[in-house]
Amino acid sequence: MTASDEKSLPNPAPRPQSEVDDLLRAWATPKGFRIVTAVNNTVIGLIYIAAALLFFLLAGALGVLIRTQLAVPENTFLNQDLYNQIFTVHGTTMMFLFAVPAMEALGVMLLPQMLAARDLPFPRLSAFAVWAYIIGGLVFFSTVFYGLAPRGGWFMYTPLTLKEFSPGDNADFWLLGIGFIEISAIAGAIEIVVGTLRTRPPGMSLAKMPIFAWAMLIFAAMIMLAFPAVIFGTMLLEIERSFGWPFFTAAKGGDPLLWQHLFWFFGHPEVYIIFLPAAGLVSMIVPTMAGRPLVGYRPIVVALIGTGFFSFGLWVHHMFTTGIPALSLGFFSAASMAVAIPSGIQMFAWIATIAGSKGRFRITTPSLFVLGFLFIFTIGGLTGVMVALVPIDLQVHDTYFVVAHFHYVLIGGMVFPLFATFYYWAPMASRKQLSEKLGRWVFGLMFVGFNVAFFPMHLTGLRGMPRRVWTYPEGVGWDTLNMISTAGAYMLAAGVLLFLLDLALNFRPTSAGGEGNPWKAGSLEWLPSDIYSTRSIPLITSREPLWEQPGLERQVEEGHHFLPNAPTGGRETIVTSPIEAEPEYILRMPGPSWTHVTAAVFTAGFFLLLTIKLVVPAIICGVVAIAACLAWTWSLDPSPGRKPVDIGGGISLPTYMAGPRSHSWWAMVVLIIVIASLYTAYVFSYLYLWVVSPEVWAPVGSPMLPAPSWPLGSAALAVAGTASMVAATRLLPEPGGRNAALPWAIAAAAICLTSAIALEIAGHWLTGLRPTENAYSAMVFMGSALNAQLGFAIVVLLGFATARYLTGKLNRERRVSIENGAILYYYTAAQLVAGLILVHGFPRVAV
Amino acid sequence: MKRVLERCSGAALLLVLSACTGEQSALVSRGREASEIGSLFWIATAVSAAVTILVIIAIMFALWGPPTWKDLLSRERAVLLGGIVLPVLVLTYLLVQGSTLLQAGVARTQRSGEPSITIVGKRWWWEVIYHLPNGETVASANELRLPVGRPISVRLETADVIHSFWAPQLGGKLDMIPGRSNVITLEATEPGTSRGQCAEYCGGAHALMAFYVVALPPKDYRAWLSREAADARTPQTEQERLGERLFMTSGCGACHTVRGTEARGVIAPDLTHVGSRRSLAAATLPNDEEAFARWIAENQHIKPENLMPEFDVFTPQQLEALSAYLSSLK
Repeated sequence: MTASDEKSLPNPAPRPQSEVDDLLRAWATPKGFRIVTAVNNTVIGLIYIAAALLFFLLAGALGVLIRTQLAVPENTFLNQDLYNQIFTVHGTTMMFLFAVPAMEALGVMLLPQMLAARDLPFPRLSAFAVWAYIIGGLVFFSTVFYGLAPRGGWFMYTPLTLKEFSPGDNADFWLLGIGFIEISAIAGAIEIVVGTLRTRPPGMSLAKMPIFAWAMLIFAAMIMLAFPAVIFGTMLLEIERSFGWPFFTAAKGGDPLLWQHLFWFFGHPEVYIIFLPAAGLVSMIVPTMAGRPLVGYRPIVVALIGTGFFSFGLWVHHMFTTGIPALSLGFFSAASMAVAIPSGIQMFAWIATIAGSKGRFRITTPSLFVLGFLFIFTIGGLTGVMVALVPIDLQVHDTYFVVAHFHYVLIGGMVFPLFATFYYWAPMASRKQLSEKLGRWVFGLMFVGFNVAFFPMHLTGLRGMPRRVWTYPEGVGWDTLNMISTAGAYMLAAGVLLFLLDLALNFRPTSAGGEGNPWKAGSLEWLPSDIYSTRSIPLITSREPLWEQPGLERQVEEGHHFLPNAPTGGRETIVTSPIEAEPEYILRMPGPSWTHVTAAVFTAGFFLLLTIKLVVPAIICGVVAIAACLAWTWSLDPSPGRKPVDIGGGISLPTYMAGPRSHSWWAMVVLIIVIASLYTAYVFSYLYLWVVSPEVWAPVGSPMLPAPSWPLGSAALAVAGTASMVAATRLLPEPGGRNAALPWAIAAAAICLTSAIALEIAGHWLTGLRPTENAYSAMVFMGSALNAQLGFAIVVLLGFATARYLTGKLNRERRVSIENGAILYYYTAAQLVAGLILVHGFPRVAV
Repeated sequence: MKRVLERCSGAALLLVLSACTGEQSALVSRGREASEIGSLFWIATAVSAAVTILVIIAIMFALWGPPTWKDLLSRERAVLLGGIVLPVLVLTYLLVQGSTLLQAGVARTQRSGEPSITIVGKRWWWEVIYHLPNGETVASANELRLPVGRPISVRLETADVIHSFWAPQLGGKLDMIPGRSNVITLEATEPGTSRGQCAEYCGGAHALMAFYVVALPPKDYRAWLSREAADARTPQTEQERLGERLFMTSGCGACHTVRGTEARGVIAPDLTHVGSRRSLAAATLPNDEEAFARWIAENQHIKPENLMPEFDVFTPQQLEALSAYLSSLK
């Protein structure tokens, strides 16, 4: 690098040391017990990963208990009821409390570092999600200790999980566990979408983004589309359990298969939601060990997108044995096989990168786990192709063959990359690297143990052993195979224990920068860093900046790149444009706080108390949680009054942004996509139940619909409310001014919307329709229930905006708090009108 | 690494060769569906094994191969060839094989006409109802008898939660779903007995919900069915008569039917010919007098959560008499 190159850096002049002190002050981690108020991604990310690891160990221990019980036929180690609870909690915890959170945790931990952002765009939101997840997860898991755990399997098929066949609160605890992962997953998706699209370093266009960031972006998009289906499903299940609205009861026009459709529409993409980030991690590790850029960057990105796309077209392959017509079986069979292609592309891209190594491919502990992953995942993928063939699935579905298959896919496809990740990225978060020597033993025990445990299960299944059985008779041909599997499981567990020993001996967590760049990797997370991340935010001109931009480490550390200081005195990062990553504005971020922690604790309290039917205390907790959220958000729309800030390179950026370029607007749009997918699940369910049970539909099987004046009135109110809302956003005063009409416009909008919702409910109620009557009536009222939920949120948001106005914090410039409410309002009005067309129009047309 | 892989594949081969045993094994076919699926399974397994070996070889060459090979493997063209062309060819081949078989199954179901047997899944046993040509029905439980050599359509329903009917040696499984009626076609190709089991988790004693399938030559099947349609055999010995009296006076008839007696309960298995079945309690116990006695007195220990209460009111002599009576119901 020549001197003239140095001069072209954004901040070529030497920088004062006082800037580092400012950064250290702004980003200081709270001390002592106040660590729980921390929001910095390196602190929260570590807590998140530790919690996910804890749940992996707990659920793994249950797996060992399962294997112990099945070691010999007719074993009495566990009784039937306890076994049923244990396998349910094992699956639920592994999927919901370990796999998805672990991947989000890695996103929280690694993404800002890879993007050289100072933090994720919504630091308190991730911290909130982490605490809600930890509290909720621990309470859910602990139910297994006092016999309160669900026993319906992680898939919770109806009608087994309805009140009639599952009395008691056990099943509700499952719904609770899911509730928390839903919250943290959606929060994570918002963080990741806005984080990857808006907080990349200047110059890092989408085409230069690390593969892991691509994988996480697609991961988040899939969460946005897949999770709403299961959120909606769990709502229906809990409502049917608590209030008897018959969505799944065949005798009243419901259908147990509706649950399966909703569950697997989420449940299948879920597998790829877990796998894609893991594949992204592998795509980061392989090039480093090969000492060269990844072969096939573009095909891999296309493959990741393709996987995400296909994964939504195969949920029915979990339902091949339900008696679905052969034509749809053929379609879903083909789609299930097609999804193997993107995996094939990635597999061969990794092999190509290994083959193209500069010198030898380095066989380190992370590489061993990656190679183990390639082997195991190939087998899991191929048995996946086998079960995608309908006739084979008819035999092996719900047998140990499938247990073997998905453990190959999940342990191979996710746990092995995760352990590779632990060994690879530990030096970034620890003052000491993990032991390469112990690591090889960990890998050896896990790899051999895994295969010994799970390979024989293919045969156990082919010999007819079904899943989810707590005992089996002697002499059917399963005894030896099960004993081998159990021995393997113990070996796998020994490998995990050895890993814990390695952690205890060598892992010394720090958020002030780890060990430097021990693997000589090319991506930004290996830049020198401290609690504020990198001293300055680099200008990126290549995909592997640390390899292709010599001297970058030193330049960044000396503050020669962007934003080498804390110009507003607080925490801040650069927001860039979504595609080309051109700097747009400075995002001022909140620091440590008790508000989001309080919100998390009381949100957990709300769900827990509701689960055990203590309604009044639950409501109190809910109110406190909302109050805490409002207190938390009160500081998030800071005064825009500052002058633009110079970040270097002759670029001055504003420190405030509203409207479609702001991160807040983007987050709201992500949330609306989530809500819209949930409503799509509702529309699907409505039409699906009509196909199954047209006989209960109005006007034949249920009271005549209310007269058209009812829905027209409701729609008119929604339109009037929308007009009022638009008016409110135009009535915003100049900074420092007042506009007495504003609160009235806001109030009118709120009243119109709530009246529109109430009118729709009243219209149906007056025809004599009751939600417990049949599947049709339940679906009709469910539509209003969804609108009412949004209506409640809007009333809170508009009340918040009014309070902001009254305290002089809402005006023409500083308008984010009303913008968010307005976007949600417009969406809700549209959803309401769409619902009216469906509920009032469809029966009139269809009959 | 290489040695480990060799050892693994050696062990795998051994396991595969020994796989084809067991009365519930899907790889031992006594039915047309099972044998056709078996052929497809072996094709798919062979293809999968070939692809796995190919990938392992590719990885080994990538790691330790000669430079020319490494160079070929590291090109983007290798990625497209291995990642797109190879899977498309393999998958298309397998999909065509699978679809052909699927269509054949559908066509067979359409040909085989109205179901002549209905099986209703209940927590946690199977009610098996034979529809006679004269319109009458014969109820039995936990055992399916089939004539060899003809496709039989079986209607599958449930009385409570979702169950799944699976007789691996005959064919694939099909679910029993509330509000729906599924039809499976089975064709036994040789006489003999095999075991089947509920394959959809149905709560509580799901693990103990099995059954036997007995395939008989058509003549034997017809003879058996006419015996099965007859009323219960009247007790012969003093002990059997005592057992019958105990059965009738202890409330057993509220749930169980013994045709030709006053016991007409409908919520539990029909016991008219229970003594002639292969097992008790959905293939949980052998069918002998001792098992009857144990079942009556301590069934919640043998099959927890099953819907029959334990009757611990009987003296050992009374239990013996009851068992003798029930065993005599051949």
